[in-house]
Amino acid sequence: MMREEANMAKPILTGTEDVTFIPKGESLLRQGLRRFRKNRMALASFVFLVLLTLVAVFAPLIAPAHYSTDDLGATYEKPGANYPLGADFMGRDVLSRIIYGSRVSLAVAFIGALVSFLMGLGYGVTAGYLGGRWDEWMMRAVDVLYALPSLVIIILIMVYFRAGDPASFKGFKALLYEWDRAMGGMLFIFIGLGLTSWLQMARISRAEALSIRRREFMENTQAQGLSHRRVILRHMLPNILGPCIVVESAHIPLYILTEAFLSFIGLGVNPPMPSWGSMINEGYQAMRSYPHVILWPVVLLTVTVLAFNYVGDGLRDALDPRLND
Amino acid sequence: MHSYLLWRLMNMVLAMFVLATLVFFLVRALPGGPFDREKTLPPEIVKNLESYYGLDQPLWKQYLDFLWGASHGDFGPSYSSPTDSVNAIMSRHLPVSAELGMWAILLALCMGIPLGVLAAYYHNSPIDMAASFVAILGRSVPPIALSPLLILVFGLYLRWVPIARWEGPAHRILPAVALGLGLAAIFARVSRSSMLQIIREDYIRTARAKGLPERSVVFIHALRNALIPVVTLLGPMLAQVLTGTFIVEFFFAVPGLGRYFITSIGNRDYPVVMGTSLLFGVALMGLNLLVDMLYSFIDPRIRVRP
Repeated sequence: MMREEANMAKPILTGTEDVTFIPKGESLLRQGLRRFRKNRMALASFVFLVLLTLVAVFAPLIAPAHYSTDDLGATYEKPGANYPLGADFMGRDVLSRIIYGSRVSLAVAFIGALVSFLMGLGYGVTAGYLGGRWDEWMMRAVDVLYALPSLVIIILIMVYFRAGDPASFKGFKALLYEWDRAMGGMLFIFIGLGLTSWLQMARISRAEALSIRRREFMENTQAQGLSHRRVILRHMLPNILGPCIVVESAHIPLYILTEAFLSFIGLGVNPPMPSWGSMINEGYQAMRSYPHVILWPVVLLTVTVLAFNYVGDGLRDALDPRLND
Repeated sequence: MHSYLLWRLMNMVLAMFVLATLVFFLVRALPGGPFDREKTLPPEIVKNLESYYGLDQPLWKQYLDFLWGASHGDFGPSYSSPTDSVNAIMSRHLPVSAELGMWAILLALCMGIPLGVLAAYYHNSPIDMAASFVAILGRSVPPIALSPLLILVFGLYLRWVPIARWEGPAHRILPAVALGLGLAAIFARVSRSSMLQIIREDYIRTARAKGLPERSVVFIHALRNALIPVVTLLGPMLAQVLTGTFIVEFFFAVPGLGRYFITSIGNRDYPVVMGTSLLFGVALMGLNLLVDMLYSFIDPRIRVRP
């Protein structure tokens, strides 16, 4: 009798009901999509970002010239037939450098967000899942690190990376520097951003994991004797991913701006690799006489950050209707 | 309350220790000494220089000396101007940054809060939309883009205000705007949403039912409560002011600590980099603690549990 009941209950309580059970009617995701589509600014921003991504991916095909092709006869040339947006202090085509520069900003936006997301999520979910003393100590460490000024930390990390002499390194370190050089200096920016930006994600995912842990279906997974791996991957993560993605997407503008800042002060990308931040610095040197050099990187940086802000806000409003006012 | 304060202070001391250690091992322990790159000096002079800066000691000794000095606020002499101590440099440049930050925050308060309150009061009207647009613009046009735009438009094109240095009151305008506009946007956003919530509360309806003039309903009953969440913003905002000063001081040639910090990185003046990093850390953490205390003081409902 008891066994029968247990057998009968089995198909209902598979432990995955929280994931696979979709109510009749419109799914949450579809509702969210519908709301997102109605948000015109967010949609326009999304289209802009898709176009920008295409430009970044196909930069070599689109750009009129390579970013380091210089012509000292065309130094600071005004916008015209040869140089649609003018030329910079080495006679390099500003349009081409802006197109290549979009690669850096977008790579930082997506890869920076991904690194911080995975690190924070891993740490936070582990703490939240383990709970008790582990959780307490792990989060205490986060509290201490969180108090540090992250911009100062990332500057120090970049100073450390950039001061090294790659020729003197061996083994793994030499390999890292080689990769970094091949990526125009972006690898160390990713590492620096990753090391400084995972804390908030850790806090949020830990709080989410804690609240999920108290839910009844988690007891069920325990009763079924599922492995930790399975519980975390199949039952916990799907439930906390949504809010975490929303929060992470709100941080993307910060990553873009941090990269621009680092490149602006000379700790970011390695010249001649262009970044909008380093182009702002180059344009700043001559902005009194040749304002056309600084104008376009500033505009593109602003519009891109604006677009990411609108998309982030749109995502939040679409996926979390409670906040929608 | 006391134990919370104690915990926060302990946390801060720990964080300072971590920061000092990071600063030391990331900057001081860099490969090569600060004098390698100059034209070859006679070995005696290098030796003298190294002993002047304590670089001839073993690393662990240097670390302990650094921690000891840092805990007393003493960072030794600067590399680029050896007769100047890091402390003297910081005390010359810090007041300028503090003043700039103050103007920016003042501007943000005077602009952001009225904007947010107006937007909430005339909810979903053109005023609201305009305010929201300004708010998102202010949030998205960061100092690194706003500073050159301001210089181009108001400095070089219209020639209304000076664009560099730190002399008269006119020199304060552009840097303060460049730094303050983003903060104003945050203030506007938060005061708008908080005001929207408060204006629907029962006690506002009661106040109106009593026949109070609209002015006192808005300013005395609504605004005072709506401003509480704004206070919590002061904490994260300080971090933003700090970030902003690096950029804004650089663009407008303001002789503040942020600009000096960036220059020191370029000059490899490591004692200054270390001292300034620690100073920024202490300032930020101390002010954050202060804001948290202030918050629980203003709003007794959230007084921190012991």
